[in-house]
Amino acid sequence: MSDFTTAFTSAIGLIAGFDTSLIEIIGLSLRVSLSAVIIGTIIGLPLGAAIAVGRFPGRELLIIVVNAFMGLPPVVVGLIVYLQLSKSGPFGWLQILYTPTAMIIAQMILVTPIVIALTRQFIEDANADYDEALRSLGVHGWAKLVTLITEVRYSLVTVVLAAFGRAIAEVGAVIIVGGNINHVTRVMTTSITLETSKGNLGLALALGVVLMLLALAVNAVAATVRRFAPKAAYA
Amino acid sequence: MLSKLIKIIFIGLCAWTNTAPVYADNPFILLQSTTSTRNSGLYDYLLPIYTNLSGVDIRVVAVGTGQALRNARNGDADVLLVHAKSAEEKFVADGFGVERFDLMYNDFVIIGPGSDPAGVRGLELATAALETIAHAGATFVSRGDDSGTHKKELELWGGTTVEVDSVSGTWYLETGSGMGATLNIATGKDAYTLTDRATWISFQNKQSFEILVEGDPLLFNQYGVIMVNPERHTHVKADLGQAFIDWLLSPAGQNAIATFRVDGQQLFYPNAKR
Repeated sequence: MSDFTTAFTSAIGLIAGFDTSLIEIIGLSLRVSLSAVIIGTIIGLPLGAAIAVGRFPGRELLIIVVNAFMGLPPVVVGLIVYLQLSKSGPFGWLQILYTPTAMIIAQMILVTPIVIALTRQFIEDANADYDEALRSLGVHGWAKLVTLITEVRYSLVTVVLAAFGRAIAEVGAVIIVGGNINHVTRVMTTSITLETSKGNLGLALALGVVLMLLALAVNAVAATVRRFAPKAAYA
Repeated sequence: MLSKLIKIIFIGLCAWTNTAPVYADNPFILLQSTTSTRNSGLYDYLLPIYTNLSGVDIRVVAVGTGQALRNARNGDADVLLVHAKSAEEKFVADGFGVERFDLMYNDFVIIGPGSDPAGVRGLELATAALETIAHAGATFVSRGDDSGTHKKELELWGGTTVEVDSVSGTWYLETGSGMGATLNIATGKDAYTLTDRATWISFQNKQSFEILVEGDPLLFNQYGVIMVNPERHTHVKADLGQAFIDWLLSPAGQNAIATFRVDGQQLFYPNAKR
């Protein structure tokens, strides 16, 4: 247990010391993962909503596939994105391998199925509850979809947080497509991997504590928004 | 007005997603490298010297030698710095590299628990040590990842009567991981392993482990540097890459390698032939 106490103390020390390289790494982690989640949400939310209310052939199959894709292994996604962005791959001309952009793309691929699948489930459940009422009020089409989304908006915050949790915690994809280049593509998880490989287990664990605190801070912000948003809306 | 706004948003997006936080303006080259040179801290010492001199940043992707060679083969590098001479020569012969230069050397060592259950301490021949470990049935951890160290280890086993493929998973464990991860596993399982001396000296989780076998000429570890062939991959930054290699091989670069120390110990010995 003393290992953890030491790690916690040195984590606090790292944060309090405003170590510039640590700030840089935290900044890049947030930038990459938040970008991936924002893009993933922009793509995934409408798709999830469409699948929830739409009726088309192959819908059940599509739902199974999307749900399964929530379990995409990050290292496989990293490898696939690497092969696409490699100079020998179809998108090599973009020259974005080993940049934060490549990392955002990889994490976006990881989080989008989560956003689609969970959004679909929440909206479908709401649709089951309110379908009759909305029908009797003559609400259908876009208006109905907007009503349903509004109804589950707080659940959707949880969806986004789940996606963020996936993105900020993964290392398999970003280490392949980012390359863990110092000052360029090094993020929290790849730093932890690096320090572990150097045998600096204490520092690695301290960085892990910092990462947890970061996730905690993001979730606290989301919870605050969730708590105070309704009051503001109805004030 | 609107076009100006779009332009600002576009530039902002580019800045947000694409640029490096620190080295945004400098020209750079991409170096695919073995992990030992990074984990030992050599690059943290060496590369700023070159960057101050030339204004060129060196972006290091540190992976096993096998993966570094493959990435460079795909064109995802300007310069390659690895340690598996025959694989490097094949890389050049296949037309992927311009020319291979000897850069520096150190040596491999066999490490194990201080209690040395197999009794290999002080053996002069690395092959004899491996044979002894095998006969004692003591646990040996292998990289198993096609890295330079793994290639050397297989070469050493080739000089013994042991067929490691047939015992893999019993006392012979392949981690498929980098040197650091493998050292962590070795110390965790009280096992023997082969490592380059630089990674071992700078490794911080040694516990009771010690160098048990060293000094066999077979344990020689040569590092080479190669520029990726710009005729094969036209985007290779040939001028910047060649300038970096020229500096590494020059007296200034060689001297910088020689003066790098960890805990007062020299980790790499320059031996460029120019």
